[in-house]
Amino acid sequence: MTSQNKITEKGPFFSLLSGLPGGGKAFMGILLTAACLTLAGNLLIPEGHALHVPTYLVSLMGKYLCYALLALSVDLIWGYCGILSLGHGAFFALGGYAMGMYLMRQIGDRGVYGNAELPDFMVFLNWQELPWYWYGMDNAFVAAIMVMLVPGLLAFIFGWFAFRSRVTGVYFSIITQAMTYALLLAFFRNDMGFGGNNGLTDFKDILGFDLRADGTRAALFAGSVIALAIGYLICAFVTQSKFGRVLVAIRDAESRARFTGYRVEYYKLAVFVISAVLAGIAGAFYVPQVGIINPSEFSPANSIEVVIWVAIGGRGTLWGAVLGAVLVNWGKSYFTGAFPDLWLYMLGGLFVFSTLLLPKGIVGTAPDVKRWLQEKMSAGADAGEPKKGEA
Amino acid sequence: MKIIKKAILLLSTLTCLVLTGATLGAASELYDVTQELNTKSYSKKAKVVAKIAETGDEQAADILRALMAGDLFARKSDKIIVLAEKQPDGGYALIAPGTGAALGTAKKSDLSKVKINNRVRNAIKAALGGLDLNHPDPAKRLAAADAVFKSLDDDMLPLLEARLKTEENDKVKSAFEQTIAALYLNADVDFAAKVSALHTLKESGGPEVKSFLSRYLAELPEEEAELRSQVAEILDAVERRLSNFALVENLFQGLSLGSVLLLAAIGLAITFGVMGVINMAHGEMVMIGAYTTYVIQEICRTSFPAGLEYSLIVAIPAAFVVAGFFGVLLEKSVIRFLYGRPLETLLATWGVSLILQQFVRTIFGPTNKEVSAPSWLSGAWEVTSGLSLTYNRIAIIIFALCVLFALMLVLKKTLFGLQMRAVTQNRQMARSMGVESATVDSLTFGLGSGIAGMAGVALSQIDNVSPNLGQAYIIDSFMVVVFGGVGNLWGTLVGAGSLGIVNKFLEPYSGAVLAKILVLVAIILFIQKRPRGLFALKGRSVEG
Repeated sequence: MTSQNKITEKGPFFSLLSGLPGGGKAFMGILLTAACLTLAGNLLIPEGHALHVPTYLVSLMGKYLCYALLALSVDLIWGYCGILSLGHGAFFALGGYAMGMYLMRQIGDRGVYGNAELPDFMVFLNWQELPWYWYGMDNAFVAAIMVMLVPGLLAFIFGWFAFRSRVTGVYFSIITQAMTYALLLAFFRNDMGFGGNNGLTDFKDILGFDLRADGTRAALFAGSVIALAIGYLICAFVTQSKFGRVLVAIRDAESRARFTGYRVEYYKLAVFVISAVLAGIAGAFYVPQVGIINPSEFSPANSIEVVIWVAIGGRGTLWGAVLGAVLVNWGKSYFTGAFPDLWLYMLGGLFVFSTLLLPKGIVGTAPDVKRWLQEKMSAGADAGEPKKGEA
Repeated sequence: MKIIKKAILLLSTLTCLVLTGATLGAASELYDVTQELNTKSYSKKAKVVAKIAETGDEQAADILRALMAGDLFARKSDKIIVLAEKQPDGGYALIAPGTGAALGTAKKSDLSKVKINNRVRNAIKAALGGLDLNHPDPAKRLAAADAVFKSLDDDMLPLLEARLKTEENDKVKSAFEQTIAALYLNADVDFAAKVSALHTLKESGGPEVKSFLSRYLAELPEEEAELRSQVAEILDAVERRLSNFALVENLFQGLSLGSVLLLAAIGLAITFGVMGVINMAHGEMVMIGAYTTYVIQEICRTSFPAGLEYSLIVAIPAAFVVAGFFGVLLEKSVIRFLYGRPLETLLATWGVSLILQQFVRTIFGPTNKEVSAPSWLSGAWEVTSGLSLTYNRIAIIIFALCVLFALMLVLKKTLFGLQMRAVTQNRQMARSMGVESATVDSLTFGLGSGIAGMAGVALSQIDNVSPNLGQAYIIDSFMVVVFGGVGNLWGTLVGAGSLGIVNKFLEPYSGAVLAKILVLVAIILFIQKRPRGLFALKGRSVEG
């Protein structure tokens, strides 16, 4: 292991890019400006004008921001603590289901069967009363608590067992994958009481506002922006603190950190729970904007895809994760529309490409390219063609 | 039914062409008997049905079926009973029953259907059953005996006893015996005969005997206490036997699932266990093997139809080579740059798996391909009544074990195996001894992938061959390897077997999906307890 050098090598590099003083401020600026422009374009500029931002685009961007928050949560544990979770989609989906349950209860008697108490699928299955775990979900406050509590609790229990028995590396990855797979199978079951195969959908309103109204959509988008910003601040705070330094130490030399006297498992557990809660919140904002939550969100493939967003953007840099999520998902929206057959090749290629050729991701590689360019410039070599493609 | 009717029609037309006139005059006995159906009384009709069956004529069954289907009519002009086949122009072609002579055509209004009621229907069914008992095809006789066993028609008893004496087929014979025993129990015979009949039933003891006995016991009057206790005793024995069979069958199902898991996981045990490489594209190697099987089958179908039966045999080495080639390609192009970075390997190979899936989808399309089972693998081995094991499952169990032991042999007895183990244990030392570790790495990876390809051949027999085939098995195979202990083939064997069996034993109580969830949760908990699996490697190399 040559990891002892990595800290000193990478330490300043991280604080430069991920800390709020540097890239973080720029990121917050860009995020908030873009959000304001989008909202203004949607609400203030009338339809038909060239600068008008249609509502579907607002929701689409809101969706990307939710993915970005999810990517952020994965980056927090993978980039800063070396825990590769292949089941983070599960926390995202659990948060989404909690939100979905609230939205289902909001439908009230406007469902197909007109039952004020039971959601349609329960009426369809001849259920007589609401299962106990649906109680209180019609209250927005309870639902909001559940959005954070359920993923957090699952992460706590799962992490408590896993980290205490020192399940690390690929073993941890594989059992997180098994966890999300088990949940996928469980949520497919009709008698679980979560709508089975079809999941929860046909939502009508949120907090009394019509979900299809432009204003509500814009507000949800704004909510996603704020959630992402707060999530970013939390992650920045965590990674900048002493706690975050210990995490990086654990990532680079777990045994050494343990022998130095840190209770590695508690650090890991804490960051794992924070990350799961963030993922849950992302899911909660995701569901009202896409209008459905079903078990496929639990599929292992989804969780792995999140990891690749982080890897592309730049593992261990917070705004890299955000950038990766937005870029890859924008690419996905574009290519699945334009060349549906090519998308899987591209996604697969991205996995191979980013691990083989871009191990630090876009954000991590940018300074290297910059330094390389500067060296070339100062050496006075021919300024033939500066390489800009990777920035 | 339609085809049969058409065939009958054709046959009868042909015969009548040959025998025109000659047969018309000499009407057969069957013809005469059939004419007696021209009556209003249903009880008379039922008697006529029995008489038709008694003629023993080959066409009797056809006439009875026609009567059942409502194809038998009376011609209004001369009250003759005729077989009528509807023509495309709306008219009916008339045929004399029994002789097959054509009687011209008629309109619907010229005919009146020979009506039947349930009593006649039952008579027809019983008569047909009796006719089928004489059928030359053993399968028909078997079905007829089962039908009598279900209907418990005691009229059949003399016929059955007569047939039993001449029956040569063992299966049919035991079915006859079972049916006769059941009929005896309902007949007016003495206690000793009934007890011996009970013992006959106990011998054959399938699920149908159980339901018969429990029904019989429920209907038996209280006074016959002695017989009741006898029946209860036999029923108990049959039930015990059946539950034992269920246990054996569960065990077999579990072993079969275990062998499938074993096949899928052995290759993984090599790449993951021996090389420390997480190959998420492993499932796609299985899929490639299955598609190779499909391609070979199609080539056989178009070029060597005679060899179609044995295309599966050819597919085994072919799948090994094709998947192995893809494996070596993957190692050379991606994995060798990522040694020592297991998490990155995981991501890169996941990407490769997506590419391979899409690649196969582009070539073969997204739909399932059908790989047909050769005749020597279809069917089941009926151990006794109530316990049968399908041949393809048995073959897969044997195949999995063969592959495992062949692999062990390669690892233990060949130079390549020796080099492979050397590189696994201490790469530096092996290199300084002159082992070309890079070559060994790619060959090892090729071997693991090739075995996955062979697993694909086996899976093509029991699962859909589709681009998603591999995805279904990848998580399970990882579970097997992790559960059994990384780097240990015996662990893989035990892991696969126990996961398969536990899964199948849970299924009846919890349903298939919940069983799978429970097993997954159990493994997750198990890994907490023993993070390195059931048979963990010990020593310094583990930490590396």
